[in-house]
Amino acid sequence: MELWFSESHTPNVKLSIRVDRQLYSAQSEFQRIDVFESPEFGRFLTLDGYMMLTEKDEFIYHEMIVHPAMAVHPHVRDVLVIGAGDGGVIRELCRYGDISHIDMVEIDPMVVEVCRQYLPGTTGSLDDPRVSIHYEDGLKFIRRKNACYDLIIVDSTDPFGPGEGLFTREFYGNCYKALRADGIMVNQHESPFYDEDALACQRAHKRIVESFPIAKVYQAHIPTYPSGHWLFGFASKQYHPLRDLDEDRWNARGLPCRYYTTMLHKGAFYIPAYVEELLKHVEAAD
Amino acid sequence: MVPFDVPGHKRGRGNPELMALLGEKCVTMDVNSMKPLDNLCHPISVIREAEELAAEAFGATHAFLMVGGTTSAVQSMVLSTVKRGEKIILPRNVHRSVMGALVLCGAVPVYVDPECDDRLGIPLGMSVSQVARAIRRNPEAKAVLVNNPTYYGICSDLRAIVKLAHENGMLCLADEAHGTHFYFGEGLPVSAMAAGADMAAVSMHKSGGSLTQSSLLLTGPAMQEGHVRQIINLTQTTSGSYLLLSSLDISRRNLALRGKEAFARVARLAEYAREEINAIGGYYAFSRELINGGSIYDFDVTKLAVNTLEVGLAGIEVYDLLRDEYDIQIEFGDLGNILAYLSIGDRPREVERLVSAMSEVRRRFSRDPAGLMKQEYIDPEVAVSPQVAFYADKESLPIEDTAGRVCSEFVMCYPPGIPILAPGERITPEILDYIRYAKDKGCSMTGPEDPDILRLNVLKGGL
Repeated sequence: MELWFSESHTPNVKLSIRVDRQLYSAQSEFQRIDVFESPEFGRFLTLDGYMMLTEKDEFIYHEMIVHPAMAVHPHVRDVLVIGAGDGGVIRELCRYGDISHIDMVEIDPMVVEVCRQYLPGTTGSLDDPRVSIHYEDGLKFIRRKNACYDLIIVDSTDPFGPGEGLFTREFYGNCYKALRADGIMVNQHESPFYDEDALACQRAHKRIVESFPIAKVYQAHIPTYPSGHWLFGFASKQYHPLRDLDEDRWNARGLPCRYYTTMLHKGAFYIPAYVEELLKHVEAAD
Repeated sequence: MVPFDVPGHKRGRGNPELMALLGEKCVTMDVNSMKPLDNLCHPISVIREAEELAAEAFGATHAFLMVGGTTSAVQSMVLSTVKRGEKIILPRNVHRSVMGALVLCGAVPVYVDPECDDRLGIPLGMSVSQVARAIRRNPEAKAVLVNNPTYYGICSDLRAIVKLAHENGMLCLADEAHGTHFYFGEGLPVSAMAAGADMAAVSMHKSGGSLTQSSLLLTGPAMQEGHVRQIINLTQTTSGSYLLLSSLDISRRNLALRGKEAFARVARLAEYAREEINAIGGYYAFSRELINGGSIYDFDVTKLAVNTLEVGLAGIEVYDLLRDEYDIQIEFGDLGNILAYLSIGDRPREVERLVSAMSEVRRRFSRDPAGLMKQEYIDPEVAVSPQVAFYADKESLPIEDTAGRVCSEFVMCYPPGIPILAPGERITPEILDYIRYAKDKGCSMTGPEDPDILRLNVLKGGL
């Protein structure tokens, strides 16, 4: 029997993963949720047919969306995480003893429930006493917050469907407002490679540039995401991602990682020429 | 069926780009009147059936499918009921289409002061006592026209006005451009047909969900169908679009089957949006608390109108910021308010965006509210009838030199399309201030021959 999961990365390109069996499938109020078991990537979660994470490569995404900002900001106490129903971001954050509180805002409770059942590797820290889970629209939650977070992590799905509000100017503006005077926002920033993704990437960057004085992007290699080349946004009110990187402080924490190092941190902000061009284009348009 | 008739694109074959743009289904439905498909000018088969189904759905004696917009429905309503020199009682905040009909037929408007809410600066409804006074002073008037509701969702006591009009031998007409949903939703203001009005112009393409430019004209038992049809045929196209007609029919079906539940959802969404917007601070999203038994007899809770003055921004400024900064297009902004149009097509996620963007507009752009002008009701002096003024000998003057003269053209902000000046009205310094201020704030002004509105046409001579 040949059983394959396929996701179209463009109308002309697709990635297929051989599947042993489907563990779960259901339609929530917001989206279709599926979990598969595969020989190559282990278990993986898809939402509306789009790959969210696999057991094999999720460490790259989750380490890279959390540790760079933590190595720059000198005293992160209060963190807001938007999206992240799979718990991977929370798992990485909970490794920092000096974080005192994490608000996690996920629109779809069913995602959390399904991940708890099928992906225990990422959900392990969701019950950490420092974590408060709020099931509501991220855009609504953050509207009421004012200068109360040091770090906001936007672990969104794609800029269409239930996550589209998390790619808007009003959302980034609200994040700015919700951060303290030296706060940092890190967001999932799509891929610069295929035309349509590149457009979404440019649009997001433009809106972040308009909202934050410092707005950089950095990259990682995530095999199961379209093109494998993925970007993250680093938007900040005060700290520069390279000039304010404190390697010694972070390394002294002794947090073992499989992808992130402070050396890689520096390299990640050196992006390919065509991506620089892409981003410069929208920065100049302002 | 082999088409050897118009339209000449022949199911799209003759115009492949059009077919690619609109799709094959759409162009093959763009057909001509023919026996099996009936004729809008004189419907006897399928269009007739669609009209009968619409009449039943809306509780009317007859329903006319209209393809020239609600403008055409409103004008047919006025032209069916008043002639040259006859009077019609109406609020000053009518849509331009009413004034246009008066220019065409020569009837004379008798304005009822719609009263103005002091805080919001918007024209309201007509109180029954004001209508009664107008009727006493003009017992020869033929008809009373009522906005049901206004653009902002404000309703007059339509049942009482209908009764008053009928007791005095007058017809009652309703402009329901913004009230289609009253016929289907629950807990909404009374619809014109339910209130016993004689005619109603219903914008199916607004809250009803049909294609732009399609509309319905409803009539009650006092109106003679053949006469109204003749009036409609004076100005309506003889090539009625089957795309528009079919959209009316299918929308009527959708409303009849699912309207109640769909509008309950819209009302809940609007209510949620009001709570969230009022929680931002500064903004005032108003609703039923305004009801005062007179000029605000009822309120349409599906309308999301927000006063912006305490944020220090004119409504039109918020309107522009939402579009330019946040990619959100709302229905209109006037001097003190915005209106976001919620409908059967809206989802909570878009409402979250709107509220968040408004919160950001306040954070980034709010100012000291001092110096912001409210829209005020300027009691118009009707010097001559709109028709006389429109066709009279006129001269063009720089706008600042026109105070005291009689205007021969329309001046309005669009939307909402309610005339600031109508033909036949005397120009006052307050009106000129208002026009200047609205232009400064970026309102889109229309009406006069001079598109920049630096000059106005006024009647020649001393009038």
